[in-house]
Amino acid sequence: MNSAKERLVNGILKENPTFVLMLGMCPTLAVTTSAVNGLGMGLTTMVVLALSNVFISLLRNIIPDKVRIPAFIVIIASFVTVVELLLQGYIPFLYDALGIYIPLIVVNCIILGRAEAYAYKNPVLPALFDGIGMGLGFSVALTCIGAVRELLGAGEIFGIHVMPESFVPVSIFIMAPGAFFVLALLTAIQNKVKIAGEKKGKDMSKIQSGCGHDCLSCSDTGCAQRLYDDKKGQEAEGAPVKETEKKAAGSEETEEKITESKEQKEENKNG
Amino acid sequence: MSDLMKVSSNPHVRSKTDTSSIMLTVVIALLPAAGFGIYNFGLDALIPILVTVASTVLTEFLFEKICRRKVTIGDYSAVVTGLLLALNLPASVPWWIGVVGGVFAILVVKMLFGGLGQNFMNPALGGRCFLLISFTSIMTNFDCDAYAGATPLANLKSGEAVNILDMVIGRTSGTIGETSMIAIVIGACILILMGIIDLRIPGSYIVSFVIFLCIFGGHGLDWAYLSAHLAGGGLMLGAFFMATDYVTRPITKNGQYVFGILLGILTGIFRVFGPSSEGVSYAIIIGNLLVPLIEKVTLPTAFGKGGARA
Repeated sequence: MNSAKERLVNGILKENPTFVLMLGMCPTLAVTTSAVNGLGMGLTTMVVLALSNVFISLLRNIIPDKVRIPAFIVIIASFVTVVELLLQGYIPFLYDALGIYIPLIVVNCIILGRAEAYAYKNPVLPALFDGIGMGLGFSVALTCIGAVRELLGAGEIFGIHVMPESFVPVSIFIMAPGAFFVLALLTAIQNKVKIAGEKKGKDMSKIQSGCGHDCLSCSDTGCAQRLYDDKKGQEAEGAPVKETEKKAAGSEETEEKITESKEQKEENKNG
Repeated sequence: MSDLMKVSSNPHVRSKTDTSSIMLTVVIALLPAAGFGIYNFGLDALIPILVTVASTVLTEFLFEKICRRKVTIGDYSAVVTGLLLALNLPASVPWWIGVVGGVFAILVVKMLFGGLGQNFMNPALGGRCFLLISFTSIMTNFDCDAYAGATPLANLKSGEAVNILDMVIGRTSGTIGETSMIAIVIGACILILMGIIDLRIPGSYIVSFVIFLCIFGGHGLDWAYLSAHLAGGGLMLGAFFMATDYVTRPITKNGQYVFGILLGILTGIFRVFGPSSEGVSYAIIIGNLLVPLIEKVTLPTAFGKGGARA
């Protein structure tokens, strides 16, 4: 089950579709006017994502390479239709709130992206957990954005009034510009947290974007510091060399190896 | 060999003008409008002005301290932003409006994009529009101790008669700094005489706005209507003090004419066809966003390049 756990962590933290991959911006910006809407959109997408990942993974040896995109779309659209009808039948208020964005899940780049990048090349079980992980990451992100926007724009979270009576709602936050402000703010905060963690040498593997100050394994050839300047070299001469070597070994196995080396590191710390 | 020749590269002649002297001149030029606002609205105007200026300066100071950057509040640009923002607020606003607007203007519009010279939008107007969208009812409530009721432009839009003399002098309701055309023009004269701004943007802005009104205003060449539109609202303040912001105006000369004409047309569209009676802020902000395109189109040909070859 290591792979399943790794896929979930990957979807929620390491490659969070909203905050790290910056995919699916259209529903992210449009429906997160409240925490409930964000959560509803996230979970709806998660269901479609998990089911379509499973089916695409099952059919990956049957679907011809040349027509894989139309095939993906047909599979995804079928599940979206199912979910749309279920929502309309059982959770009508969410169906009304999400509106056009439910049918638009068909063309959500996260779903198509995971189908293309993961489910089409991997067995069923990892694909299922990849879908759930990505969907959970998307749900967490949308709920956070929705909660912040609802809090500032209406003084409520999940419809419960939390701000004091004297608080005047900043209504720009439940309008379109507010979505951009909050998305940028939350992305900046999570980058800050990740980079701070990286500086303490904790989570090298979680850094996906920006400069990780790990010049040996960095692919950014335009960076002026790529020749591994003295100060960083001294810092890196100790323990992390092993890890960077492993990182450079190959992209297919990298993730596995990094989790391994992380475990090793933790063992070292404990021992 | 102690008499080493000191060789330096050009420029060898330097002007004493720097950012802080320019910004200080702008502050001085804004003082007539601010002073008239305080005279007109009393304490209601003084408090927002002080609070807003304090919050912009403090925000810039704290941001630069926290990010361990060079503190640049000495260049007075934050004071200009705060003063301009305050002059764009109605007199009756609660004090925290100035704080929210000032923090947004400096933190989001200016510092997050890299500070003075890097912002793509006039910070004061960015802050004003943020407030206008967020707190619409507060920002469009012009009732205060001195005046009750709508602004002259709103009256004009609903077809009521307006007193043009009062509008030119400034004895009307409106935002703190926009009411008095005379005070703003005095400030504008200071800026023009000191060589801080020229008439390219304000001139083309106002002329194109008047032409637009003549064509689409529905009153033809009605002098009373035209002068009421010129004296009312934020047109003068916007044309002379905000559209001419060095950071957010086009650099090229032709681009400045294009920019002014664009602002005139946009302001006309907002005032004549829009639901609101005023549109200067939005016009300038949209103009700001188009500045890179305008500069690209109006880039002058370098000497020796292009043209017909013999």
